[in-house]
Order: sequence, then structure tokens, then C-alpha cells
Amino acid sequence: MALIDLANPTRFLRIVNRVLPWLIAATLVAFAFGLVSALHAPDDYQQGATVKIMFLHVPSAWLGMMAWALMSLAALGTLVWRHPLADVAGKAAAPIGAAFTFICLVTGSLWGRPTWGTYWVWDARLTSMLILLLLYLGVLALYWTAEDPGRGSRAAAILSLVGAVNLPIIKFSVDWWNTLHQPASIFRMGGSTIDPSILHPLLIMALAFTLLFFTLHLAAMRNEILRRRVRTMQLMRAQEVHA
Amino acid sequence: MNLGPHADFIIASYAITAFVVAALVAWVVLDYSAQRRILGDLEERGVTRRSRRDAP
Repeated sequence: MALIDLANPTRFLRIVNRVLPWLIAATLVAFAFGLVSALHAPDDYQQGATVKIMFLHVPSAWLGMMAWALMSLAALGTLVWRHPLADVAGKAAAPIGAAFTFICLVTGSLWGRPTWGTYWVWDARLTSMLILLLLYLGVLALYWTAEDPGRGSRAAAILSLVGAVNLPIIKFSVDWWNTLHQPASIFRMGGSTIDPSILHPLLIMALAFTLLFFTLHLAAMRNEILRRRVRTMQLMRAQEVHA
Repeated sequence: MNLGPHADFIIASYAITAFVVAALVAWVVLDYSAQRRILGDLEERGVTRRSRRDAP
């Protein structure tokens, strides 16, 4: 099947209905393995048991950023190619990305209090992540409050593209500025600095969260396609009543 | 399992994450059933999509 065939919402819905049960099962299995290995992971020599918060914090940070990257690609699809599913993909990803960014900020704060002695500091990594959450809220406001859905979608797509500038700032903030937040310790030149006994549960949890993201995203895209059908049918009914 | 002196912070992190994930799942599931119900109502009233109407 050619990729262009996915542009047909009816065909896309058929594929989603087939894929979703398998994705849900894979997500549940990954979380079962991830949570068991996270709970059995040893304490860190510096952080103690609070390292267990990292199994939630790090994957949600990655997904908060990945969702915005996905929204930026979808925005290109909306603005340049007017792909029928691009706007659906962007709109469906926004609340999920916002939720993961929120989890990242809250769990980071709860980890920071016992480790740094404070819930919050205005350092570059924390501030740029907070800006990402505010950008998500801006996109959601555009999607949910625009009277004309088409105009709302185009405005949200533009904000998604502009906001993509924040992604490298988040990633490299720990290198460009002197931050309280530690530098990259997983994906870095020279390999990870984390002991395998902690790295492996972290990677399994990251896989579980990623599967959860795609499960929720596909389900939310299906809902959005149905919502647009409802809107079209309601408009048609209103036209018939007035004719 | 001993979570040490900062157990409250660890438990709060997992509880908040579980709550947010549960809220996302509930939003997706409830939204799906709501859209299906409205579509069903409209089809019962004889409203069909143009693509369906034009189908042979």
C-alpha cells in the first residue's frame, strides 16, 4: 500500500481499527515489564531511591518534545501540502504532548526538592520546558476556541512551526548555559554515563511511554476524524432543514 | 521495598503520572463513544455523508 493511500480517512480508520488492539497489548506488556524492572532497580549512589522518579520524568520529557516535533511535521503537511490527515494528526497530538510535558515538569519538581533542595529554579532547561508547556496551551487554545476550524488549524500550524525553535534550545540548554539541571547522560558522545542496572529499566519505560503515546495518538486521530464527520453531517442536516 | 526518606516524593510522582495517564485514556475512550453515538443518531435520522450518498 502506498503512503498516499493513508490520506484517505476511511482507509486510515480501517487501518487504525486493525492496529489499535495490538498497540494496546504491546503498551500493557511494555508497562508491566517496565514497572517491575523500575521497582527492582537499585538505588543510585547519590540520588538514593528518588532515581525511580527518573523512570517517569525522562520518558515524559522525550515524549513532550517528540510530540511537538510531530506537530511541526504535521504543520508542514497542513500548510504546504494540505494533507487531509496532517491537521488531524497535529490536533490529536497537542493534548497528549501537553500532558507528557506537564508530567515531566511535575515529576522533575518532585525529584528536585529532595535532590537539589528546591522544587524550581529558573535555569535554562526548566524554563525552556515550561515555555514548551505554555506553547502547547497556546496551540490548544487556537484549536479549541477558533470559530472557524480551518483558520484555527492554520494558526495552530504556524505556532507549531515557530515553536519548533524551542526544541533545540531545550536539548542544548544544558550545554549552552550554566544550569542546575545535569547535562545529557544517555544520548551523548562517548556513550551513556548511567549504570546498566538503571539504564535498562529507563529504556524499557521509555519504550512503554512511547507505545502509550502512539496508542493514544492513533485513538485521538480516529476520534477527530469522527468529529469532523459529525460536523459535516450536522451542517448538511442544517442545510436540508433550511432548504 | 524500601523507598527511603523521600518515599512521599516518589509515591506522589507515580500517583500524579497515573492520574494524568488515566485522564488521557478516559478522554480518548469517552470521546470515541460520544462521537459514535452522535454519528449513530444522525444516521438514524437519515443524514448520510455525501460520499455514502453518491456510492453505487
